[in-house]
This record gives sequence, structure tokens and C-alpha cells, in this order.
Amino acid sequence: MAVSAATRLVAPPVRTPFIALDGVAKTYDTRFGSQVQAVETVSFGIDRGEFVSIVGPSGCGKTTLLKMIGGLLEPSAGAITYDGLESGRKKPQLGIVFQDAVLLPWRTVLQNVCLPVEVMRRNQQQGEALARQFIELVGLKGFEDKYPNELSGGMQQRASIARALVTEPAILLMDEPFGALDALTREYMAQELQRIWSSAAKTVLFITHSISEAVFLSDRVIVMTARPSRVAEIVPIDLPRPRDLQMTTSEAFGRHVARIRKLLSATGEL
Amino acid sequence: MTVTAMSAARGGARGFLGRLDASTFVSATLFVAFFGGWELAVREGVMPAFVLPSPSAVLVQVLADLTSANTLYNCAYTLTEILVGFFGALVLGVGLGALIALSPMVDKVLSPYIVALQTIPKVAVAPILVIWFGFGIESKIVIVALIDFFPILVNAVAGFRSTDPRQILLMKSLEASDWQIFLKVRLPNATPFLMAGVYISMIFSVIGAVVGEFIGSAQGLGSLIVQRQAGMDVVGVFSVLVILTLIGMCLNFAARFVGKRLAFWSNTESSSGI
Repeated sequence: MAVSAATRLVAPPVRTPFIALDGVAKTYDTRFGSQVQAVETVSFGIDRGEFVSIVGPSGCGKTTLLKMIGGLLEPSAGAITYDGLESGRKKPQLGIVFQDAVLLPWRTVLQNVCLPVEVMRRNQQQGEALARQFIELVGLKGFEDKYPNELSGGMQQRASIARALVTEPAILLMDEPFGALDALTREYMAQELQRIWSSAAKTVLFITHSISEAVFLSDRVIVMTARPSRVAEIVPIDLPRPRDLQMTTSEAFGRHVARIRKLLSATGEL
Repeated sequence: MTVTAMSAARGGARGFLGRLDASTFVSATLFVAFFGGWELAVREGVMPAFVLPSPSAVLVQVLADLTSANTLYNCAYTLTEILVGFFGALVLGVGLGALIALSPMVDKVLSPYIVALQTIPKVAVAPILVIWFGFGIESKIVIVALIDFFPILVNAVAGFRSTDPRQILLMKSLEASDWQIFLKVRLPNATPFLMAGVYISMIFSVIGAVVGEFIGSAQGLGSLIVQRQAGMDVVGVFSVLVILTLIGMCLNFAARFVGKRLAFWSNTESSSGI
């Protein structure tokens, strides 16, 4: 009894997370007039500078959730707040990385990375300097003038990460960015992303199918249930950083993976 | 030094010979066989020259025509009809194509009429157009534009509809305006389709101009054919045919050149041929 009172005393004060989802739900109307509930009620928060992953069975509404956070979809219920403010009133600069690189084939790597600069009518010269800087950060230096069809899948995805970074977003939303890559490239890209994340000091929300990828990269892993989705559990990953691939064979790493796998199996679909 | 020079020379020769593959050889043989056979047939009296002139006679006439001010004026006249009509159709076709592809309302309202108009043989409308727009250059421009319009429109609609929805989503995530999405994503995406329409229309343009001049005109290569036909000048008619073909080839070449620059990223742009 005394112990629990003591813990309550040292508990951190209530603070506003950078991004907070409060009872967010999404219902789609189907063509046949019925309704499909993609996201039931989801609440969680993301802190500034945090790397948070979402794992869950396919079709559990992860992408829907990400689109709502990115402002591409309106939630049917609930609220998403940024720094404690309603999404309509304040929205941080977002960078979105999709499953496919979605580079424009008629533009070179540099022109593709500069696209957000043009669209947002920022200063072209500063934008280009920034673009070159991020192209170097993602490891594409020397490929500025190549066209997307001259790049491998992994390189295309790097270019799309540079494109997301060029707006200097406060948060990077990544929707299974390595889903289309082969296993080896994928492991390599995960390491690269960790490096980019730590050197660019970004908040990242990362959606993935791969449990080990989520454990490897994240500060916290949000495990979702099958559709209609809810948060099954939020698993903190306390592994020290920087993490390397060696660590994926460690006992602590295995324990986290097993834990998440068990949670996912409990949701009934995997 | 000599070794490198030699190997460079050999490399150059290989590069040149590399392009002269079997298909080029067959193509050249066909050319020689066809025109050689034709020339021979006329010379040996198999065909009377007033029915089918020999290639050499046609060539002489073409050279004479291409140095005569009168024929060159007729060339310029027909070329003007072709180009003005074509660019008019291009602007209207691409504009209306974008509207139809992007606005379901416009699509529903206009599509039935467009399908109906498309099935009318445009050449059959030409006589009415000459009555409406007169014997001058205007009626021919309208005929060319009318013939060119539908291939351009149909391809433009297909092109603007082919936009990758993921690219639109990307632009939306950057909070791009509709106009920015059109300019930076939809229009470049549609160019390979637009160029397909342009290639077809370029050929149709020549047909339209000549048909228009057949029906009623005092100028242009089409009317020159009619005049020479009236004078039983078969060599002269053949010469105009050759000139019209040359014009068509030049236009096609120009269109391909532009297409390769604008749609270089698309795999529908083949390196040669049709």
C-alpha cells in the first residue's frame, strides 16, 4: 500500500504530448450503403523526438490512422491534437513516406526532392541547398541527376525519404516504407533510417508489418487489434541506442519480439 | 598510339556497321528492287509512261517543282492549313479532354454528343464546310482541325484519366492546389498519351488539307493535283504526291522529336519506327 502511494508521488506531472489521439474512430460508407468500421476507438500520444511504430494485422486500419494524423482523412469521431491544439487550428509540418516511393518519373532525383519546395512556394535556392543536404544524408550523393527508373527500389525509397525531409517536417509519417523491398535491403534501410532519425532529430510514426523492424527502430511499439482496430497494448522498447543488427540476436530483443508476437496472436488474426 | 588509333577506328566502324543490321539490309534491298523494277518496267514498255511514269521522270519533276516559286507557294499554303488546323485542334482537344477527364459533370453532359460527332465521317462534312467557310484557306483549316480534333481529344481524356492516384495523394499531402496538381502531375503524366494523339493527327492533317483543297480551292498542293489531273499530267500528279509524302514525313519526324523530349521517361516512346 505504502509503495503504491510512493509511486503515485513520484509519477510525472501530466503533460501534453506532441501529437495526441483521443478516441479517434473512422467509419467508411461502402458502395452498398452499409458501413465499415475501420478504426474503432484509438487513443495514444507521441512525444517530440520519439520513434513510435504501429504493428497490427493486415487491414486493421493502420494506414487509415496514418492518413488521419496526416490530415488526408477526417476522423468520424474523436480528436487529434497537435501540441494540445485541435487539428483544424494548428497542424505541424508533416512529411509522409508511402509504401512505394511514388517518385515522378519525369523528374530527376534532385527535382523530385525539390517538389515540396516548389509546391509550398518556398525559397527555391534555399530549398535546393536543403534538398542536396538531405540527398547526401540518405546516401544518394552523386545520384542527383539520375531519373527514378535508373535507381533500385531501395534508392528510390531513400529519395522519397529525402523528399519528406526537405520540408523540415516536425513529424515523419512512414507507411510501411520498406514493405516493397527485399529482406536484405530492408534490414539495411532500417539501420539507415535509425541513422537518419538520430541525425535529423525527427519525430517518427512508423507503420510496419515486421515485428523485428518495429522493435529494432522504436522507442515504443503500438500493437493494434484486428479490424475494427483498437490499441491492444503499447510496448516500450528500452534497448540502448544506437542499435545494430547484432542486437537483433540478443535475448532482450527476442523477448520484446516474443511479447509483441503473443499480443498479435491474441488478437486472433496473424 | 597506332594501336589505340586502330582500335578506335575499329570501334567506330563497328558502331557504324552495328546499325547496318540485317533489317536495314533487307529494307534497302526492297527499296532497290521495287523502284528498279518499276523503272525497268516503264523503260521496257511494260507500262506506258502516260499511265505510270518512271521513278526517274518523277524525280526530275519533283526537283523542278521544288525549285519553282509557284509550287513552293502551294506547299506553304497547304502547310499553313495543316499547322494552323493542327494547333487549333491541339488546344481545343487538350483543353476539352482535361475538362472531360477531371469533371464528371462535363463528361456526362458532353460525352454523348462527342461519341455521336466522332462517328460522322469527317471527310463527308468537308463540302458543307467549304459552303460555310468559303473557298479560301479558312475552310481547309476548319477541316484539318475537325479531323485532328477527335484523336487528340480521345487520347487527352485517356491521358488525364491515367494519373497515378498515389501521386495525387502525395501532392495532397503537400497541400498542393488543384492547379499545381494539374501542372506538376496530371499534365506530365498525360504527355505520352497526348503525343500518341499528335502522331495520328499529324498524318490526318495532310489528308484533311488535301481533301479540303480537292473540294474547292485555287491554291495548295491538293488543288495542284486537281489542275494537273485535268491536264493529264501524270508525272506532275506523282510529283505532288511525293512532295505531300515528304511533308507528312517531316511532320511525323518533328512530332517524334518533340515526343521524345517531352515523354522521354515513358516506355511507350519507342526508339524507332511506328
